[in-house]
Amino acid sequence: MVQRILSRAAFYIVLAIGLLYILFPFYWMIVNSLKPSAELFATPLSYWPRQLTLDNYRAVLADGSFVRSIVNSLIVAGGATILSLMLSSMAAYALARYRFAGKQVTLYTILGMSTFPQIAVLGGLFTLARTLGIYNTYWALILSYMIFTLPFCVWVLTSFIKEIPDTLDEAATIDGASPAQLLWKVIIPLAGPGLVATGLLSFINAWNEFLFALTLTADNQARTVPVAVALFSGQSEHELPWGKITAASTVVTVPVVLLALMFQKRIVEGLTSGAVKG
Amino acid sequence: MILFKRAETLAGTQARTAFLFLAPTFLVLAAVGLYPLGRTIWLSFTDANFFADEPRFVWFDNYLDLHANPEWWSALYNTVFFAVASVTLQVVLGVAFAMVLNVNFPGRKLARAANLIPLVIALTVASQLWKWMYHDVFGVVNDALTRLGLIEDPVAWLNNPSTAMWAIIAMSTWKFVPFVTLLVLASLQGIPKELYEAAEIDGAGPVAKFLRVTLPMLKGAIVVVVVFRMLDALRVFDIVYVMTGNSPATVTISMFARQQMIEFGLVGAGSAASVEIFLLIILGTVLYMRMLKVEDR
Repeated sequence: MVQRILSRAAFYIVLAIGLLYILFPFYWMIVNSLKPSAELFATPLSYWPRQLTLDNYRAVLADGSFVRSIVNSLIVAGGATILSLMLSSMAAYALARYRFAGKQVTLYTILGMSTFPQIAVLGGLFTLARTLGIYNTYWALILSYMIFTLPFCVWVLTSFIKEIPDTLDEAATIDGASPAQLLWKVIIPLAGPGLVATGLLSFINAWNEFLFALTLTADNQARTVPVAVALFSGQSEHELPWGKITAASTVVTVPVVLLALMFQKRIVEGLTSGAVKG
Repeated sequence: MILFKRAETLAGTQARTAFLFLAPTFLVLAAVGLYPLGRTIWLSFTDANFFADEPRFVWFDNYLDLHANPEWWSALYNTVFFAVASVTLQVVLGVAFAMVLNVNFPGRKLARAANLIPLVIALTVASQLWKWMYHDVFGVVNDALTRLGLIEDPVAWLNNPSTAMWAIIAMSTWKFVPFVTLLVLASLQGIPKELYEAAEIDGAGPVAKFLRVTLPMLKGAIVVVVVFRMLDALRVFDIVYVMTGNSPATVTISMFARQQMIEFGLVGAGSAASVEIFLLIILGTVLYMRMLKVEDR
């Protein structure tokens, strides 16, 4: 009996430490974004804020370039995701349903591309973007993000489509549906939840991308949120804009976290099939 | 015979349709992946830079220069050290936490949801946040450790070469433990209960059950997670760039390559470094895919 209580206690202690480690930085971000700067820069630190204020949020949202970077991120991540979903649903359908020579090779080439180190294409993309005149535009980022969003979508959607029973395909074919109609009218509606999960993860990945966004943009015309947050700095070395940084971080993080929690089951499915099955 | 011929045509049509469906994806991937990669490889054999007009072909000069550059080797050392240390920590803590979350307790669903949070936070946002947490005067890490009596004076975690890398490793562990937990948890749920019952009948204690049943059953998942995380860790850029900039104590190979290429304008030299990183990752990827194939069977 005593042993059982002890092991119960040990279990909850481990659980509490684990949760504290995982959640504390998130909590700390939100709490600090709500502190007035006098409290932010006072030692010892207050773990429970004495005074709450929205000043940091006002300052960040009054900053036109930060709002612009949010709009940029929405356009770039949204564009890359929509394009990837359109192309990958066709590709994934072919890979899930058709038999043809070289299918394994195709599948593994696409998977291989998703592990390309970004740095290996950075120099090429940089010079290419300048040649094409799309440097510092949305297109430079949307196209470059396809390197990781497209293979990811193909890979995950293929495993989702494989789970749809193919007797439906046969029935539709007998009714005279062409492959394109079949994909559009039967597969896409049935794969809807899979498309949502894949699209969300692809969107989150593109939303969070940093290296291409840093290198292929020059100013806030196309600069995305991660770059804006990373480049946040005070007017001088001694000015620490932490109130603004934590507020900006909260603004861009909370919606993504809420999305992830809302679509939790699907996100987990997408993540595990993206990694373990492929 | 007729039947056979018909089957053949069907296969032919299938292959043609499949090709049509795959073509757009391949065109885009070739344009944004293969072409820039080819260009990077070509540039690595030239003395291309932002200042000269016509790049000259210089054979392997960039590669020889790279190997003679101690900064490259120290960046490689930093990267491998980071990858091995952070992935080891992530896997150990990730497995432990997955075991905890696999137990049936009230609030388990909430705890699993919480586990997703670090995963979806942008790396640069998380890096800025941890940079603030590591601040020598106003950072919560120093504050907590001082209050607990573990340190006497605040430490400048990121400015001190001996602690900077570990500080970065701790942050990356926080960010990716949930990923390991998620995958291991999925695999834990696939272990048949009978195995544990049988082990209990044989008189196995909790430790023996973990070592003899759980670990062997998790082996496949752990191997895949390790390779997946390693490939990612070897490419590390965001965390280090935001937290310590180009400080020599923590600079990584990806940062080195980008610095040469974009900041110094030495496109040829930077491309050579990029190609070597590419080869390193491709080697790992081939290994990874072999494992996946084994998994499939």
